[in-house]
Amino acid sequence: MIRIASTAPASVFDLNGPGHYLHWGFVQISVANAVVILSMIVVFVLAILLPFPQGRRQ
Amino acid sequence: MSARVPAQPLPAEHHLPASGSWTGWLRRRTEAALPPEKLMPERQPAYVSSWIYVFGVLTLAAFVVVLLSGAWLALAGPTWWHTSSVGHFVNSLHLWSVELFFFFMVIHLWGKFFLAAWRGRRALTWVLGAVAFLCSIATAFTGYLVQSNFDSQWIASEAKDGINSPGAGAFWNVLDMGQMLLWHVTLLPFGLGVLVVLHLLLVRMRGVVPPIGVDAEGFADAGQREGGAR
Repeated sequence: MIRIASTAPASVFDLNGPGHYLHWGFVQISVANAVVILSMIVVFVLAILLPFPQGRRQ
Repeated sequence: MSARVPAQPLPAEHHLPASGSWTGWLRRRTEAALPPEKLMPERQPAYVSSWIYVFGVLTLAAFVVVLLSGAWLALAGPTWWHTSSVGHFVNSLHLWSVELFFFFMVIHLWGKFFLAAWRGRRALTWVLGAVAFLCSIATAFTGYLVQSNFDSQWIASEAKDGINSPGAGAFWNVLDMGQMLLWHVTLLPFGLGVLVVLHLLLVRMRGVVPPIGVDAEGFADAGQREGGAR
Protein backbone atom coordinates (compact mmCIF):
# COMPACT_ATOMS: atom_id res chain seq x y z
CA MET A 1 0.00 0.00 0.00
CA ILE A 2 2.83 2.36 0.91
CA ARG A 3 4.59 1.52 -2.36
CA ILE A 4 1.45 2.35 -4.35
CA ALA A 5 1.00 5.65 -2.51
CA SER A 6 4.62 6.62 -3.11
CA THR A 7 4.33 6.03 -6.85
CA ALA A 8 0.95 7.75 -7.28
CA PRO A 9 1.11 11.16 -8.93
CA ALA A 10 1.04 14.00 -6.44
CA SER A 11 -2.29 15.81 -6.25
CA VAL A 12 -2.54 19.56 -6.58
CA PHE A 13 -3.67 19.83 -2.96
CA ASP A 14 -2.27 17.58 -0.25
CA LEU A 15 -5.36 16.16 1.46
CA ASN A 16 -3.42 13.75 3.70
CA GLY A 17 -3.87 15.69 6.90
CA PRO A 18 -6.41 17.39 9.15
CA GLY A 19 -8.56 20.05 7.52
CA HIS A 20 -7.97 23.74 8.03
CA TYR A 21 -10.64 25.76 9.82
CA LEU A 22 -11.45 29.44 10.23
CA HIS A 23 -12.59 30.56 13.68
CA TRP A 24 -14.46 33.79 14.38
CA GLY A 25 -16.02 33.78 17.84
CA PHE A 26 -18.49 30.92 17.92
CA VAL A 27 -18.44 30.73 14.10
CA GLN A 28 -16.32 27.92 12.67
CA ILE A 29 -16.08 26.97 9.00
CA SER A 30 -13.64 24.84 7.05
CA VAL A 31 -11.43 26.62 4.53
CA ALA A 32 -12.78 24.31 1.79
CA ASN A 33 -16.41 25.27 2.50
CA ALA A 34 -15.49 28.96 2.78
CA VAL A 35 -13.76 28.80 -0.63
CA VAL A 36 -16.85 27.21 -2.23
CA ILE A 37 -19.25 29.78 -0.71
CA LEU A 38 -17.02 32.72 -1.71
CA SER A 39 -16.71 31.26 -5.24
CA MET A 40 -20.51 31.07 -5.53
CA ILE A 41 -20.84 34.71 -4.46
CA VAL A 42 -18.18 35.80 -6.98
CA VAL A 43 -19.83 33.83 -9.82
CA PHE A 44 -23.26 35.23 -8.85
CA VAL A 45 -21.98 38.82 -9.01
CA LEU A 46 -20.18 38.18 -12.30
CA ALA A 47 -23.34 36.59 -13.78
CA ILE A 48 -25.21 39.82 -13.08
CA LEU A 49 -22.49 42.24 -14.21
CA LEU A 50 -20.92 40.55 -17.24
CA PRO A 51 -22.60 41.28 -20.59
CA PHE A 52 -24.20 38.32 -22.36
CA PRO A 53 -23.05 37.56 -25.94
CA GLN A 54 -25.59 38.93 -28.39
CA GLY A 55 -27.25 36.27 -30.50
CA ARG A 56 -30.70 35.70 -31.96
CA ARG A 57 -33.16 37.57 -29.82
CA GLN A 58 -36.87 38.18 -29.94
CA MET B 1 -74.44 -9.43 -49.69
CA SER B 2 -74.45 -5.70 -49.14
CA ALA B 3 -73.16 -3.09 -51.56
CA ARG B 4 -69.71 -1.85 -50.85
CA VAL B 5 -69.62 1.70 -49.59
CA PRO B 6 -66.52 3.68 -50.48
CA ALA B 7 -64.44 4.44 -47.40
CA GLN B 8 -64.92 7.96 -46.12
CA PRO B 9 -61.98 9.80 -44.58
CA LEU B 10 -62.40 10.12 -40.84
CA PRO B 11 -62.63 13.67 -39.53
CA ALA B 12 -59.61 14.99 -37.70
CA GLU B 13 -59.44 13.84 -34.09
CA HIS B 14 -59.99 17.27 -32.66
CA HIS B 15 -63.16 17.72 -34.71
CA LEU B 16 -64.82 14.79 -32.96
CA PRO B 17 -67.30 15.68 -30.26
CA ALA B 18 -66.08 15.09 -26.71
CA SER B 19 -66.83 11.48 -25.80
CA GLY B 20 -66.54 11.97 -22.06
CA SER B 21 -63.69 9.49 -21.72
CA TRP B 22 -60.93 10.36 -19.26
CA THR B 23 -58.24 9.98 -21.92
CA GLY B 24 -59.89 12.61 -24.11
CA TRP B 25 -60.39 14.91 -21.14
CA LEU B 26 -56.72 14.50 -20.15
CA ARG B 27 -55.53 15.15 -23.73
CA ARG B 28 -57.61 18.30 -24.10
CA ARG B 29 -56.46 19.62 -20.72
CA THR B 30 -52.79 18.86 -21.53
CA GLU B 31 -52.98 20.47 -24.98
CA ALA B 32 -54.67 23.55 -23.56
CA ALA B 33 -52.17 23.92 -20.69
CA LEU B 34 -49.04 23.14 -22.65
CA PRO B 35 -49.36 23.51 -26.44
CA PRO B 36 -46.29 22.33 -28.43
CA GLU B 37 -45.13 25.88 -29.18
CA LYS B 38 -44.90 26.51 -25.41
CA LEU B 39 -43.31 23.14 -24.64
CA MET B 40 -40.53 23.52 -27.24
CA PRO B 41 -40.23 27.26 -27.96
CA GLU B 42 -38.00 28.54 -30.76
CA ARG B 43 -37.59 32.00 -29.31
CA GLN B 44 -37.12 33.47 -25.86
CA PRO B 45 -37.78 37.01 -24.62
CA ALA B 46 -34.86 39.46 -24.86
CA TYR B 47 -34.47 39.65 -21.07
CA VAL B 48 -33.32 36.02 -21.00
CA SER B 49 -30.03 37.17 -22.58
CA SER B 50 -28.27 37.40 -19.23
CA TRP B 51 -25.80 35.04 -17.56
CA ILE B 52 -28.02 34.80 -14.47
CA TYR B 53 -30.67 33.04 -16.58
CA VAL B 54 -28.16 30.33 -17.57
CA PHE B 55 -27.83 28.67 -14.17
CA GLY B 56 -31.12 26.77 -14.35
CA VAL B 57 -30.05 24.84 -17.43
CA LEU B 58 -26.52 24.44 -16.03
CA THR B 59 -28.10 22.78 -12.98
CA LEU B 60 -30.10 20.53 -15.28
CA ALA B 61 -26.98 19.61 -17.31
CA ALA B 62 -25.08 18.72 -14.12
CA PHE B 63 -28.09 16.65 -12.99
CA VAL B 64 -27.97 14.62 -16.21
CA VAL B 65 -24.25 13.88 -15.64
CA VAL B 66 -25.06 12.88 -12.04
CA LEU B 67 -27.75 10.46 -13.23
CA LEU B 68 -25.62 8.91 -15.98
CA SER B 69 -22.49 8.49 -13.85
CA GLY B 70 -24.64 7.18 -10.96
CA ALA B 71 -26.26 4.62 -13.26
CA TRP B 72 -22.80 3.50 -14.41
CA LEU B 73 -21.63 3.09 -10.79
CA ALA B 74 -24.79 1.15 -9.87
CA LEU B 75 -24.33 -1.25 -12.79
CA ALA B 76 -20.62 -1.87 -12.22
CA GLY B 77 -20.60 -2.08 -8.41
CA PRO B 78 -18.37 -0.95 -5.51
CA THR B 79 -15.48 -3.36 -6.15
CA TRP B 80 -15.11 -1.85 -9.61
CA TRP B 81 -15.23 1.79 -8.51
CA HIS B 82 -12.81 1.16 -5.63
CA THR B 83 -10.18 -0.85 -7.53
CA SER B 84 -10.09 0.10 -11.23
CA SER B 85 -8.83 3.30 -12.84
CA VAL B 86 -12.01 3.81 -14.85
CA GLY B 87 -14.01 3.13 -11.70
CA HIS B 88 -12.08 5.80 -9.82
CA PHE B 89 -12.70 8.22 -12.68
CA VAL B 90 -16.47 7.57 -12.85
CA ASN B 91 -16.69 7.74 -9.06
CA SER B 92 -14.96 11.14 -9.13
CA LEU B 93 -17.15 12.23 -12.05
CA HIS B 94 -20.22 11.39 -9.97
CA LEU B 95 -18.91 13.30 -6.94
CA TRP B 96 -17.80 16.41 -8.81
CA SER B 97 -20.93 16.60 -10.95
CA VAL B 98 -22.89 16.62 -7.68
CA GLU B 99 -20.67 19.46 -6.40
CA LEU B 100 -21.32 21.43 -9.60
CA PHE B 101 -25.03 20.55 -9.43
CA PHE B 102 -25.28 22.20 -6.00
CA PHE B 103 -22.99 25.09 -7.01
CA PHE B 104 -25.19 25.96 -9.99
CA MET B 105 -28.44 25.28 -8.12
CA VAL B 106 -27.58 27.66 -5.27
CA ILE B 107 -26.74 30.48 -7.73
CA HIS B 108 -29.99 29.66 -9.61
CA LEU B 109 -31.82 29.90 -6.26
CA TRP B 110 -30.21 33.26 -5.40
CA GLY B 111 -31.01 34.66 -8.84
CA LYS B 112 -34.66 33.58 -8.69
CA PHE B 113 -35.01 34.82 -5.10
CA PHE B 114 -33.84 38.33 -5.99
CA LEU B 115 -36.06 38.25 -9.11
CA ALA B 116 -39.04 37.33 -6.86
CA ALA B 117 -39.61 34.47 -9.31
CA TRP B 118 -42.93 33.50 -7.69
CA ARG B 119 -44.61 36.48 -9.43
CA GLY B 120 -47.12 35.91 -12.22
CA ARG B 121 -48.77 32.67 -10.99
CA ARG B 122 -45.35 31.03 -10.57
CA ALA B 123 -45.71 30.19 -6.86
CA LEU B 124 -45.98 26.45 -7.51
CA THR B 125 -42.88 26.57 -9.74
CA TRP B 126 -40.97 28.24 -6.88
CA VAL B 127 -42.27 25.75 -4.28
CA LEU B 128 -41.43 22.73 -6.46
CA GLY B 129 -37.92 24.11 -6.97
CA ALA B 130 -37.49 24.56 -3.22
CA VAL B 131 -38.74 21.01 -2.51
CA ALA B 132 -36.41 19.67 -5.24
CA PHE B 133 -33.53 21.48 -3.49
CA LEU B 134 -34.38 19.76 -0.18
CA CYS B 135 -34.77 16.40 -1.94
CA SER B 136 -31.34 16.95 -3.54
CA ILE B 137 -29.79 17.46 -0.09
CA ALA B 138 -31.30 14.15 1.11
CA THR B 139 -30.08 12.39 -2.04
CA ALA B 140 -26.56 13.77 -1.68
CA PHE B 141 -26.51 12.89 2.03
CA THR B 142 -27.40 9.24 1.36
CA GLY B 143 -24.73 9.28 -1.37
CA TYR B 144 -22.05 10.32 1.12
CA LEU B 145 -23.31 7.52 3.40
CA VAL B 146 -22.86 4.79 0.76
CA GLN B 147 -19.32 5.63 -0.35
CA SER B 148 -18.31 2.53 1.67
CA ASN B 149 -15.16 4.12 3.06
CA PHE B 150 -14.02 5.66 6.36
CA ASP B 151 -15.56 8.99 5.36
CA SER B 152 -19.02 7.44 5.05
CA GLN B 153 -18.60 5.64 8.39
CA TRP B 154 -17.74 8.92 10.09
CA ILE B 155 -20.70 10.75 8.50
CA ALA B 156 -23.10 7.93 9.45
CA SER B 157 -21.94 7.74 13.06
CA GLU B 158 -22.19 11.52 13.45
CA ALA B 159 -25.58 11.78 11.68
CA LYS B 160 -27.30 8.97 13.60
CA ASP B 161 -27.54 11.11 16.74
CA GLY B 162 -29.18 13.94 14.79
CA ILE B 163 -31.61 11.58 13.05
CA ASN B 164 -32.35 9.72 16.30
CA SER B 165 -33.08 12.87 18.30
CA PRO B 166 -36.60 13.33 16.80
CA GLY B 167 -37.08 9.52 16.68
CA ALA B 168 -36.79 9.24 12.89
CA GLY B 169 -33.92 6.77 13.22
CA ALA B 170 -36.40 3.99 13.90
CA PHE B 171 -37.62 4.31 10.30
CA TRP B 172 -34.66 5.92 8.56
CA ASN B 173 -31.50 4.32 9.93
CA VAL B 174 -28.36 5.99 8.58
CA LEU B 175 -26.27 3.09 9.92
CA ASP B 176 -28.20 0.64 7.72
CA MET B 177 -26.07 0.53 4.56
CA GLY B 178 -28.65 -1.46 2.56
CA GLN B 179 -31.50 0.91 3.42
CA MET B 180 -29.46 4.04 2.62
CA LEU B 181 -28.19 2.52 -0.66
CA LEU B 182 -31.73 1.75 -1.85
CA TRP B 183 -32.94 5.23 -0.89
CA HIS B 184 -29.97 6.70 -2.78
CA VAL B 185 -30.29 4.72 -6.01
CA THR B 186 -34.09 4.32 -6.30
CA LEU B 187 -36.54 6.35 -4.22
CA LEU B 188 -34.74 9.68 -3.91
CA PRO B 189 -33.49 9.95 -7.54
CA PHE B 190 -36.97 8.96 -8.78
CA GLY B 191 -38.64 11.55 -6.55
CA LEU B 192 -36.09 14.20 -7.54
CA GLY B 193 -36.52 13.37 -11.21
CA VAL B 194 -40.32 13.76 -10.96
CA LEU B 195 -39.91 17.10 -9.16
CA VAL B 196 -37.45 18.37 -11.77
CA VAL B 197 -39.76 17.37 -14.66
CA LEU B 198 -42.76 19.06 -13.01
CA HIS B 199 -40.62 22.16 -12.30
CA LEU B 200 -39.54 22.34 -15.96
CA LEU B 201 -43.10 21.82 -17.27
CA LEU B 202 -44.34 24.65 -15.05
CA VAL B 203 -41.54 26.91 -16.33
CA ARG B 204 -42.69 26.13 -19.88
CA MET B 205 -46.35 26.74 -18.99
CA ARG B 206 -45.83 30.06 -17.19
CA GLY B 207 -42.75 31.22 -19.11
CA VAL B 208 -39.39 32.40 -17.74
CA VAL B 209 -39.94 35.04 -15.07
CA PRO B 210 -39.22 38.57 -16.38
CA PRO B 211 -37.07 41.03 -14.43
CA ILE B 212 -38.96 43.24 -11.97
CA GLY B 213 -40.50 46.16 -13.88
CA VAL B 214 -40.58 44.32 -17.21
CA ASP B 215 -43.62 42.52 -18.57
CA ALA B 216 -43.55 39.02 -20.09
CA GLU B 217 -43.02 40.45 -23.61
CA GLY B 218 -39.89 42.27 -22.50
CA PHE B 219 -41.31 45.79 -22.34
CA ALA B 220 -41.17 48.10 -19.33
CA ASP B 221 -44.38 48.13 -17.30
CA ALA B 222 -46.87 50.93 -18.08
CA GLY B 223 -46.11 52.81 -14.88
CA GLN B 224 -42.40 52.81 -15.59
CA ARG B 225 -42.86 53.76 -19.27
CA GLU B 226 -44.69 56.86 -18.12
CA GLY B 227 -41.97 57.58 -15.58
CA GLY B 228 -44.33 57.24 -12.64
CA ALA B 229 -44.30 54.87 -9.70
CA ARG B 230 -47.10 52.35 -9.42
